[in-house]
Amino acid sequence: MYDLRCESVIKRFGNFTAVNGVSFGVPAGSFFSILGPSGCGKTTLMRMIAGFEHPDAGDILLKENSVLNLAPNKRNVKMVFQHLALFPMMNVGENIAYGLRCRGDAKAGIGEKVRAVLDRVGLPGVEDKQISQLSGGQKQRIAIARCMVLEPDVLLLDEPLGALDLKLREHMKIELKQLQHQFETTFLYITHDQSEALVMSDNVAVMNAGRFEQIGPPRELYDNPVSGFVAGFVGDTNRWEGRIDRLVDGTARVALNGGGSVLAKTGANSLREASAVEVFVRPEAVAIGRGNDGATLSGRVDSLLFNGANSRILVRTETGKLVEVADTSGATGFNEGDPIDIHWHADRALCFARDAA
Amino acid sequence: MRSDTGKLSLILLMAPFALWIVLLIALPQFGIGYVSLREKVGPGEYELGFANYTAFLGEPIYWNTLLRTAWMSILVTFLALVVGFPVAYYIAKIARKRARAGLFLLCLIPLWVSDLVRAFGWIVLLRETGIVSSSLQWMGVISGPVELLYNDITVIIGLVYTVVLFMIVPLVSTLDGMDDAMLEAGYNLGGSRFTVFRRIIVPYAMPGLVAGCIITFMLTAGSYLTPILLGGKNSSWFTEQIYNQFITRYNWEAGATFGVLLLAFTSLVVWVGLRLTGQSLATTVAKE
Repeated sequence: MYDLRCESVIKRFGNFTAVNGVSFGVPAGSFFSILGPSGCGKTTLMRMIAGFEHPDAGDILLKENSVLNLAPNKRNVKMVFQHLALFPMMNVGENIAYGLRCRGDAKAGIGEKVRAVLDRVGLPGVEDKQISQLSGGQKQRIAIARCMVLEPDVLLLDEPLGALDLKLREHMKIELKQLQHQFETTFLYITHDQSEALVMSDNVAVMNAGRFEQIGPPRELYDNPVSGFVAGFVGDTNRWEGRIDRLVDGTARVALNGGGSVLAKTGANSLREASAVEVFVRPEAVAIGRGNDGATLSGRVDSLLFNGANSRILVRTETGKLVEVADTSGATGFNEGDPIDIHWHADRALCFARDAA
Repeated sequence: MRSDTGKLSLILLMAPFALWIVLLIALPQFGIGYVSLREKVGPGEYELGFANYTAFLGEPIYWNTLLRTAWMSILVTFLALVVGFPVAYYIAKIARKRARAGLFLLCLIPLWVSDLVRAFGWIVLLRETGIVSSSLQWMGVISGPVELLYNDITVIIGLVYTVVLFMIVPLVSTLDGMDDAMLEAGYNLGGSRFTVFRRIIVPYAMPGLVAGCIITFMLTAGSYLTPILLGGKNSSWFTEQIYNQFITRYNWEAGATFGVLLLAFTSLVVWVGLRLTGQSLATTVAKE
């Protein structure tokens, strides 16, 4: 049972196709993210779901009923805007009651519902505060409460964490996930920040140039990307360009541009010898020391980037490439300029055809 | 030494402003206030007292004119709001960014021509032998020439035309600051067009709206040329009474009294308006 389904949705602005044949389904009660760089069409897609834009082709279904002919104010999808769009001329209670009053709820029940939803977002008793008196995180929760009080089929969130500072953003990620669990409502979350999408979502769709490249659980996107774009966009990765030298049983020896060669598993797409490819290796897949047969690169430590558990060693190989290596312990004892050998398993490196662009 | 030069530059900077306030605003007002309290008891003999004010209250034609002026000014303000709001909304929210400056300029162009010339423009259009009258005859809608000047409707139309710009400007600047997402949020949460207008757009625009209303009301109530030229002898505008007292009847005491009363009365109307809308001068006309 899908709460929200899009079928081959297309939207053009003049000659520009913003959304190009996108289809997906969001299972009831799940947290679904659309991840993509700015300008990939994700906001347009969300605005079509909310009803502010009309698709040129395709269908949008809420609880399996098409909503294409419903005005925005008749659709049971609510939206948390990028800058929240709380109404500054109303206090917190009036902001939340606005939707209930539009719906025509009995006056008597409104106060009780507002209180209940404020309790659930962890801000009891702020009804009479002005919006300007709230902190960034509180505004966020009020914006969510304002939507959730209407018990929507789907809650749309348009990069709502973008305006917050880093610390608060990390905190709100966890909080959003908890709120979603608590309300058991379907969340459709739009972001360009892969860590937000990975941390919170049950499923992530990676969007690029108006199309979905891949839909899947975060781990699958991370471990088994289907395209170079997904491999490069989701998570940190090393990326080199090269050309396939030899291809045996799905493992390719890739001659890198600028010298050197590495072994890599070919992605799902059909590659032939001599195809131009990109090789992707995650920093944590790279181990320090010598490995077997030719997957080893030698070089020197270029710099140490300390970041707690996310520390990195930047290695400059003999052919002059920079490789990011995860330094999980942060205590490998290397200094800048030290000689170092690195290697990885051939099946932890992936190669994809290089985009024509 | 340093603080002395600081003081000096402050004095020099403030001097023109202080002179302007004192000489052109405070002194004349005090003078008018003083003259209004002078009672003429004999040739060249005066006493302080409220006789001029009681005389005003005792003569219905005077205070009826004041009430009529206030009432018509309120009507003009309301009409300017009705006409100006859609224009302001279009300029601020619907027009493309590039068209905005041009549209704004179009609104300003009438101001390049003096009030007097604009009033004569209306006369050219509306008089018995004017363009409207002759076109209507030519089209066969009316059989004889028709006089469209010298009635209240014409005065009101002329006044709305004169002041509507002062309604549009503050409205555009407030509406311009409104995030489109706020309107979308209003619809998204289930509001109809009317609800969004009433509960989001109007409250948001309230400071600009009240500022526009105050400015247009004050301008209208204090206007002289338009009601005189378009309304003729029948216009019974209060400024006309003031003019008559000062110039025609050479009764400065009564004229000054009327002036004070006009200021007090329009201020009262503005105060009531502010109280009713829950705004203050600081949030409306004094807002940057």
